[in-house]
Amino acid sequence: MTFTQGIVKTIGDSGAWRPDRTLAGEGWRTGGHTLTTNVEPQNGLDTIPKLLARNAVEFGDKPASREKEFGIWQSWTWAEVAGETRALAMGLLALGLQKGDYVAIIGANRPALYWSMVAAQMCGAIPVPLYQDSVAEEMAYVLEHCGARFVIAEDQEQIDKVLEVQDQLPNIAQMVYLDKRGMRKYDHTAMNSYADVQAEGRAGHSRLEPLLDERMQGQDYDTTCVMLYTSGTTGRPKGVVLSNRNIIEASRSSAEFDNLNAGDSVLAYLPMAWVGDFIFSIGQCYWTGFCVACPESAATMQSDLKEIGPSYFFAPPRFFEGLLTNVMIRMEDASPTKLRLFRYFMDHAKSVGGKILDGKPVSGLDRLKYRLGEFFVYGPLKNQLGMSNVRVGYTAGEAIGPEIFDFYRSLGINLKQLYGQTEASVFITVQPDGEVRADTVGVPAPGVEIRIGDNGEVYYRSPGTFVEYYKNADSTRDTKDPEGWVATGDAGYFEDGTGHLKIIDRAKDVGKMADGSLFAPKYVENKLKFYPNVLEVVLFGANSERCVAFVNIDLTAVGNWAERNNVGYASYQELAGHPLVLDMIQGHIEEVNASLADDAMLNGCQIHRFLILHKELDPDDGEMTRTRKVRRKIVAEKFDDLIGALNDGSERVSTETEVTYEDGRKGAIRATLEIRDAKVFPRKAMAAE
Amino acid sequence: MSLDTTTDSYVTPDGRTIGGVMMEMKNITLRFGGVVAIKDISFDIREGEIRAIIGPNGAGKSSMLNVINGFYHPQEGEIWFHGKKRGPMKPHEVARQGIARTFQNIALFNGMTTLDNIMTGRLTHMKSGILAQAIWKGKAEKEESEHREAVEKIIDFLEIQAIRKTPVGRLPYGLQKRVELARALAAEPKLLLLDEPMAGMNVEEKEDMSRFILDVNDEFGTTIALIEHDMGVVMDISDRVVVMDYGKKIGDGSPDDVRKNQEVIDAYLGVAHD
Repeated sequence: MTFTQGIVKTIGDSGAWRPDRTLAGEGWRTGGHTLTTNVEPQNGLDTIPKLLARNAVEFGDKPASREKEFGIWQSWTWAEVAGETRALAMGLLALGLQKGDYVAIIGANRPALYWSMVAAQMCGAIPVPLYQDSVAEEMAYVLEHCGARFVIAEDQEQIDKVLEVQDQLPNIAQMVYLDKRGMRKYDHTAMNSYADVQAEGRAGHSRLEPLLDERMQGQDYDTTCVMLYTSGTTGRPKGVVLSNRNIIEASRSSAEFDNLNAGDSVLAYLPMAWVGDFIFSIGQCYWTGFCVACPESAATMQSDLKEIGPSYFFAPPRFFEGLLTNVMIRMEDASPTKLRLFRYFMDHAKSVGGKILDGKPVSGLDRLKYRLGEFFVYGPLKNQLGMSNVRVGYTAGEAIGPEIFDFYRSLGINLKQLYGQTEASVFITVQPDGEVRADTVGVPAPGVEIRIGDNGEVYYRSPGTFVEYYKNADSTRDTKDPEGWVATGDAGYFEDGTGHLKIIDRAKDVGKMADGSLFAPKYVENKLKFYPNVLEVVLFGANSERCVAFVNIDLTAVGNWAERNNVGYASYQELAGHPLVLDMIQGHIEEVNASLADDAMLNGCQIHRFLILHKELDPDDGEMTRTRKVRRKIVAEKFDDLIGALNDGSERVSTETEVTYEDGRKGAIRATLEIRDAKVFPRKAMAAE
Repeated sequence: MSLDTTTDSYVTPDGRTIGGVMMEMKNITLRFGGVVAIKDISFDIREGEIRAIIGPNGAGKSSMLNVINGFYHPQEGEIWFHGKKRGPMKPHEVARQGIARTFQNIALFNGMTTLDNIMTGRLTHMKSGILAQAIWKGKAEKEESEHREAVEKIIDFLEIQAIRKTPVGRLPYGLQKRVELARALAAEPKLLLLDEPMAGMNVEEKEDMSRFILDVNDEFGTTIALIEHDMGVVMDISDRVVVMDYGKKIGDGSPDDVRKNQEVIDAYLGVAHD
């Protein structure tokens, strides 16, 4: 019996799994739509530019975009956004943008770059946002693969990267830059500033308008809306083609699910190349007409968040962890009275806060005390965090630690989880209000059907399901079957009774150990990552006798600990190698081992030996994706000497690692690492085979 | 390219226009008692160029900047600015003429925020009186908004938005240097004097600062005279270089010319004194 059959069940069934059983989010279906991938557009609104035209009429004088510039929040109304976008689109036409061209968009979240994507769509071209922190070589691959003819970049830094690899990219015909600084001396034969392109468009509007309208008419629900590249946990990134149907349907149903409306506001700070940002900052924004604010710079995000106070907020677990760590560190410096107040009310919030948020019965006295706490602690704290107004908050991408999750919920912040993918236009499962838990990813999102495969893999089908992988028919065929079912690559199961989906791990990563017991690395890594001192863990053990692990410490948390315990250090490497730090991590690992020993299914995954890596895993070194997911295979290859030492029983190991600096130059780090044995616990009996 | 001191403008290989002579130092000699800090030095600074002054420690470079900005008054020689001979002037009068500077040892107000520090750079442009500013009424209020706008443009330009409200005393050294540059820029100078803008910085900070200096020159058309010890930086970013040693000028010309100059090589590498 394989493990999957043991744990996979579908809701409302006697327990027997049948492949044709599906679970669909019918409860949230609205507008009389049938559950099929071929829904019709509402009111003829079948493209983003048409939504823009509607918003310009319906919400004409309501703010659509905000950006902090020169220390002040600048706003544009929907009518102004429509004007700006049209001017740019006409300018792009004048530069010769053709129907079906790919337009690369590179830069940080800026209103003008969002408008660029919509302007490209108006011209019948396809926007391709890129990760702005990619090095030139990574960009070259994507630009070459999509055959981008136009590049719209934020500033000199991004233009320089494109120029660096331009000889590999014969397709590039025109470049447009937003920020003029430093650009005056560049060869402008095929390069223009954003403002100049708009001016050109405005000047030639009588000539260009008919052409633009013709281009806009020639689009429908099945025209490509955007192409987004996957972050590529394994191998090269793939171009995911998403149609207007995918984006608009996903945005519509998710907006209805959480009652998002024109009065909401969000802060756009996650990479524009990431599907979530496209759905929030364009899809849902254009569907509902809410306002998207862009921070002044990445470094000011935290204070900008506080000033904007969004009502709808999205962040990866990493963000919430970091924020909590900062709060705790700063509270340690607070005066004793404040600290006592904080502890007292936080304890109270822990016991009743979540219940109040879920609308469960709580005694009058506890409610009163919670109100008092709101006045003294929760309110000011939420204000500091920029979350006073958050009505709907989501975390996704990775598992979030239950304590972290509960901390935010106990403050009265409606933080929920969702499970999604680029290929699904984000939404696969979401947590409805009142059914929020740390250990599941929720029920199928509206319009989504889910099925669990023979091997435990999660499959889904929805109106948001992607069209294809660009120029990669093989991968498309492997991932999506003719009936439209898409393999997620994740193993999971539906929980009995509640119908909530639980994700165990990447199906590919789940394996067997030498003695036949189950090896699910992510599950163990997450348990360990929930400790604030631990930033990242990579577990190895497939097909071997014992599990061993690499650990990255969290410099903020451990650094603060070091300061309080008089541990001197000069660098990450030195702190990571400190015996007391090793002791501390060893303690965490042994606690995790103890809890694993009770888990009948996963007690083989206890960590026998570990080391703390001498460097942080980094996307620039290829060890992580740009969305900060560990590339297991690359890490295993790169540090195979360390894995060898972990397995052969040596007490220390010397190694040299190549690192890439942010400007692309390379260097090397040399280190001798101590290897520790962790205590393992007797395994409870395996479940009956 | 041979450079003469005629007033013809020319275009550099990287496309910037260098105009005629903006400032001319004629036979400057500066003495402190018996010590001769600067001895009969003549050179000019042209409109729009980046002019470097280099030399070993104690060569008289900082003294030269102090002469330019009116802090020291040379015993001999003449200073010509925009075609007019400059009489003895106080530093604040020089500043009004459009000459701003940064210092070798950072001279910021440590307890004040970045924003407030940069605002002090607008002082020469403020017209409302102390009383009006204190009660912040009428003209003063409007004026402050205008100055704030100018300052915000500089904050954006130098990418220091995140430290706008941070007291400068809490900033790392490299950022303090950048704030100092911002304050000098706030005066909207025609000529910007930088005294070792990259001293004590790591490679990355130096690269950032070099880029900012080039951008300031390019975007605002500001003429820049700088003292710097890092030869790589000097040779990379400057149009012309003056070399000083023991208060004398031993070389003047393009970075390439100066690099080949035997006297300069001797001054830097040392030569047997008999």
